Amino acid sequence: MSKAPLLRVSGLEKSFGGVRAVRQVSFEVGRGEIVGLIGPNGAGKTTLVNLITGVVRPDGGRILFDGADVTTQRPFQAARRGLARTFQIVQPFPQMTVLENVAAGALFAGKATSRREAERVAAEQIAFVGLQPFADAPAVSLTLPNRKRLEFAKSLAMGPRLLMLDEVNAGLNSAELDNALDLIRRIAARGITIILIEHLMKVVLGLSTRIMVLHHGELIRAGAPRDVIADPRVVEAYLGQKFAKRYGRLADA
Amino acid sequence: MRTRYVLLAVGVAVLVLLPAYGGNYLVRFGTFLCMYAALALGWNVIGGVTGYPSFATAAFFGAGAYAGALLQVAHTPMPLAWAGAVVFVAAASAVVGIMILRLRGHYFAVGSIALVEVARLVASSWSDLTGGGMGLNVPILPGGPEYAGMVFLYSMFAVAAAAFAAGLWIEHGKLGFALRCIQQNEDAADMVGVNTTACKIAAFVLSAVFAGATGAVYASWTAYLDPSDAFSILLTLKVPVMAMLGGAGTVLGPIVGVVVFQAMEELLWSNFLEMHHAILGLMIVGLIFFLPGGLLSLGAHRRRAPARATSREVPAE
Repeated sequence: MSKAPLLRVSGLEKSFGGVRAVRQVSFEVGRGEIVGLIGPNGAGKTTLVNLITGVVRPDGGRILFDGADVTTQRPFQAARRGLARTFQIVQPFPQMTVLENVAAGALFAGKATSRREAERVAAEQIAFVGLQPFADAPAVSLTLPNRKRLEFAKSLAMGPRLLMLDEVNAGLNSAELDNALDLIRRIAARGITIILIEHLMKVVLGLSTRIMVLHHGELIRAGAPRDVIADPRVVEAYLGQKFAKRYGRLADA
Repeated sequence: MRTRYVLLAVGVAVLVLLPAYGGNYLVRFGTFLCMYAALALGWNVIGGVTGYPSFATAAFFGAGAYAGALLQVAHTPMPLAWAGAVVFVAAASAVVGIMILRLRGHYFAVGSIALVEVARLVASSWSDLTGGGMGLNVPILPGGPEYAGMVFLYSMFAVAAAAFAAGLWIEHGKLGFALRCIQQNEDAADMVGVNTTACKIAAFVLSAVFAGATGAVYASWTAYLDPSDAFSILLTLKVPVMAMLGGAGTVLGPIVGVVVFQAMEELLWSNFLEMHHAILGLMIVGLIFFLPGGLLSLGAHRRRAPARATSREVPAE
């Protein structure tokens, strides 16, 4: 394992029409970190993930993943390099079974070389996220929490080194949320680096080793959770006074 | 499932033995069956498995027909001319595919049907090469009509068999899995590491190759080509309808569809000469409304229903 950061983004820039969605964003993510990415709606969080995974091309700047320049890669190349992501709006193959969905990740992006091997890897990941009872059910029949688990299993089967979780916890109730938190901890324990995009501060503070704040496309603050949520700019842009106090206590706890 | 393959084997035996007991009419009918089976199985790769509604079948059928015919006119032996036609169509479809596969859904459908018209216009305008509207005479296979009938029946059968083998290979292989992912959700396929562009082009070329091979054999068989016969809109519509009638996306579906469609067309044509196109049209509309999964889905529903019930009985942890 080298000491260089796993992901290094420098001067990243993206505009849609007249809107500068991402402005001169630079940051690094080290191996094994869980980095929380927060910011108001429309701050450019999802665009940033889209840039890193090749869904949209940057107008400027560079993205280095494990030392290699991946600025102009396409999504399937990102997947094969070990850059996996989940979607805010889940993206299953609806008429395929859960097992087939996950096997696709193992076969096309992971190390599996045959469909049989892919299904074996898929079965392991399905067990890991707790979806065994539904392995042979079509993905479309799953409930929302289970679809999110399917997204997890699919991205894990890809054998990622960096996993970007784009609001995987949105729409879950508190019991489901605890399960999801536990799952993310277990994924991190496998040595997978995680970027966590999240609005639920409970989740962000509970998991992140570091937090980055995006506002109007700019990275306004990055650092340890406690310092970030105490920063007046972050409070003004995103948290609000009342919540800042409450989260301050949470971070201290 | 096993009975289906037994039925298929019986059908193949009947076809192969046709020259021994059937007259010219039946041999001709059998040759058309094989021709449409090859076309429908080829279409199924891009239209069924990948879910790209292609109406370009006649463009590649015609391109293969003209390439083969022109090579034969230039004194290339027939089998070599066919091989040349296949190579030409593969290259042409790869180039066209790179351009047209950027479109999705309705846009792709319209773009693909435009290919047929463009190809037809090229063939009819380029008179120096193709003879234009005057048509093109292809050297007739010596040996008499019965011998020729047998040769072309078996040649078309070989193309159809190759298309069927390709269909099986795709269904069980990595490419087919990738294509099904694209059909289900193309963006998600890209995200799990499927090189969607390369897979779609492979599917498009594979589909075009069988249309091209069929066209080349057809040109030698009829010994005469003209642009509106080679690049026929009717053909380009009929082939997807046949595949969907049986069940698009399955290996056996296109074959079932071709047999049923050809049998019905033959009956309707002989009994309702004035009305048969109208009746076929009504059938197509009825098919889309009431049986979108095709004839094979009738059996599949019965088999799948109990399986789904048992998967629900498994207790959740």
